[in-house]
Amino acid sequence: MTPILDSKIPSGPLADKWERRKFENKLVNPANRRKYEIIIVGTGLAGSSAAAALGEQGYRVKLFCILDSPRRAHSIAAQGGINAAKNYRNDGDSIYRLFYDTVKGGDYRAREANVYRLAQLSVDIIDQCVATGVPFAREYGGLLDNRSFGGAQVSRTFYARGQTGQQLLLGAYQSMLRQVDAGNVTLLPRREMLDLVLVDGQARGIVTRNLISGELERHEGQAVLLCTGGYGTVYYLSTNAVNSNVTAAWRAHKRGALFANPCFTQIHPTCIPVSGDHQSKLTLMSESLRNDGRVWVPKQKADQRPPDQIPESERDYYLERRYPSFGNLVPRDVASRAAKQQSDEGNGVGETGLSVYLDFKDAIERLGIDTIKARYANLFEMYERITAEDPYKVPMRIYPAIHYTMGGLWVDYNLESTIPGLFVMGEANFSDHGANRLGASALMQGLADGYFIAPYTVANYLAGATLPTVASTHDAFNEAVANAQGRIDTVLGIKGTRTVRDFHRQLGHIMWDHVGMARNEAGLREAVQKIRTLRDEFWQDVVVSGDKNNLNPMLDYAGRVADYMEFGELLTRDALHRQESCGGHFREEFQTPDGEALRDDDRYSYVAAWEFTGVGAEPKLHKEPLVFDEVHPSQRSYK
Amino acid sequence: MSGKTITVKLKVWRQPAKDRAGRMVDYVAKDISTEMSFLEMLDVVNEDLIRKGEDAIAFDSDCREGICGACGCVINGVPHGPDPGTTTCQLHMRRFAEGQTITIEPWRAKAFPVLKDLTVDRTSFDRIVAAGGYISAGVGGAQDANNILVPKVLSDEAMDSAACIGCGACVAACKNAAAHLFTGAKVTHLALLPQGEPEREIRAVRMVEQMEAEGFGNCSNEGECEAVCPKLIPISNIAKLVREYTRAVWKSVGAV
Repeated sequence: MTPILDSKIPSGPLADKWERRKFENKLVNPANRRKYEIIIVGTGLAGSSAAAALGEQGYRVKLFCILDSPRRAHSIAAQGGINAAKNYRNDGDSIYRLFYDTVKGGDYRAREANVYRLAQLSVDIIDQCVATGVPFAREYGGLLDNRSFGGAQVSRTFYARGQTGQQLLLGAYQSMLRQVDAGNVTLLPRREMLDLVLVDGQARGIVTRNLISGELERHEGQAVLLCTGGYGTVYYLSTNAVNSNVTAAWRAHKRGALFANPCFTQIHPTCIPVSGDHQSKLTLMSESLRNDGRVWVPKQKADQRPPDQIPESERDYYLERRYPSFGNLVPRDVASRAAKQQSDEGNGVGETGLSVYLDFKDAIERLGIDTIKARYANLFEMYERITAEDPYKVPMRIYPAIHYTMGGLWVDYNLESTIPGLFVMGEANFSDHGANRLGASALMQGLADGYFIAPYTVANYLAGATLPTVASTHDAFNEAVANAQGRIDTVLGIKGTRTVRDFHRQLGHIMWDHVGMARNEAGLREAVQKIRTLRDEFWQDVVVSGDKNNLNPMLDYAGRVADYMEFGELLTRDALHRQESCGGHFREEFQTPDGEALRDDDRYSYVAAWEFTGVGAEPKLHKEPLVFDEVHPSQRSYK
Repeated sequence: MSGKTITVKLKVWRQPAKDRAGRMVDYVAKDISTEMSFLEMLDVVNEDLIRKGEDAIAFDSDCREGICGACGCVINGVPHGPDPGTTTCQLHMRRFAEGQTITIEPWRAKAFPVLKDLTVDRTSFDRIVAAGGYISAGVGGAQDANNILVPKVLSDEAMDSAACIGCGACVAACKNAAAHLFTGAKVTHLALLPQGEPEREIRAVRMVEQMEAEGFGNCSNEGECEAVCPKLIPISNIAKLVREYTRAVWKSVGAV
């Protein structure tokens, strides 16, 4: 059966759509809610907040995470802040402006109705978080403080030092644990979802592996929510956590959920550069550093002199030169590409030549070292701990790294995938950020989806669907368990010569070299072939030690990398098909004469939603046209 | 930056499963770049073990930037190793010398049973927070955030306590395996804020009772917890915990 892409956007004026949908939605009587079991996979901002909200309403929730505690989810690592259209600064902010900035920042590849709802809900999120005790930064009068952030001309970002993600996640975690305390939420840590179970076309359960005992477990329910984050680790090195993976989303995709815009990946410009092959992850240095740091490279290629011996006249402050009005504060995609260009042309610095300087010397002279310390001390310390260089004396070296993935499972306005009863929330869905996400917007989306959208749209589904009883002994469960068991046995049985990490690292190299910051047709075609070859090698030559009936992190890792071997091909094919440049997707063939992204609205103003047709087979493209009633797409300019 | 490499000798706690006996096993980590993090060094050791068909050393780790709290082992007798205010994932090999012997053990506490090798079960921490370590504010209907005034000094103090990453090093360092710093940090965070006031007493009592029920020991004021806390959370959080608990108990008998 061909899935139908019905975005289910409510009719009526943009500002009234969500109100209208909430009223149209069917409700579940409070006394009946306990009859429903809802499965939530993932405990980041989206998963924890959805569990808190649905548990509180009286549904029985089973909540799963792969780590030992729900508090470890990678939302915890977000540094900068969370946007909200509170206009506490009286500086011209509004729901409409946040909506407009987000649509523009996404390079006109997001759905207007979703983004508007996100901007509306941003206001409630801050109220909710403060009510639950999130210690946001405050002013001396006791009111909330705000900071400015990239891509906006207003101060609308709320923050908790450099640990906003941590504090928001702990707030949602605590609210969720309150429902555990009340008996509404059952927590199942160290469980990995290995398959989605469909009965009569509806999502009716999942198969998980107990990561301590190795046992395959069956969980049946009336709805499944995937809140499993993004797929940045397909590049091996990224700012994501080392256990972040695409497995749950990919298994759902193989069961029929369409995957949308996988080629929309975000590369963050200010990360600590790679120091060697041993490296397991890249560390982000907050975007806020670009407020005071100046980015430069030596004018002379392969200049080996230490930075303090390169005179002013022999330095190229290339962002200030190319983008005089935005300077060092151009958006993430623009800054990242410029750094890559400098390095590619031989002007990069450091041992590998793959980095540029971010220099605080002028700011220290102008503002004094104490001011710089007050603003950035924790970041400077983190940098020194990793590199053993003191950024107060030597310029930081930075390079772009994969940070966030805008693509994800396709969802309609209700955040329901093409499989009835399968909802997808947070970074795992494709919805709100188009082709590029603005800073401080990911946290906003995770909490909007979980706290404020799930309770309405999941209830509507449950109230309207026919859901006959399904036993865990159903054939669909048997098939899914046998399938998962088969993969585990196969991977353990190969006993080859190359480790999972070795394969993952090679896949990452292919992805970064050909499907990274700049892409072209020949490179993408080459990447598809290389991934296929590597996938074949993986299934012939991988070695996984240890056994399946015990805690075995390497076996867990093997399953995730095996899925990336399939997913990487889809990402690459999506990048190949989209013959335009937009946001994080830059095709070298499609650029303006001065090297900026060249969008093609006539041909590509749509969401590309891919249907799985078999491993290695050509996936089937479905298009959801994007309609812009409010914001007129124009070329982004930061000159 | 330097291309320097070192070779170190490891003594690692290997334990196949929860109720099995464990022992220290010797390994040599050869040609380790001093740029590596401690966990990247263990990754390299594991790659060699896997290639030889041996079971890899199991350890928890996730963000590798010092914020998720997943990682942690006792390195040469000190939880998270020799650097103050540093998680295991942020410790780097340049901190070690050529030929040095490094002992690596899991957190040891009754309430943190070893699951395998360096991996322990810390779900007791989640159960402590579930025993009232929250504010009962339902979703929806919250008043405007700026209607609640919180003096900056209090808010900053609450943030200092809220910075806890729940890694468990405080318990591992304590000779009594007490969880007072962890519990105290959460009680303090919420007790300082006006939003946390209505449940202040019941929260302190329930969280302390849960802590004891989990098998954590008592506090005897050694300060080992503070010394190893990767987020430098001070022992004054324990004083606050004791004060909150005592106040709650006295209030319940009508003494205050």
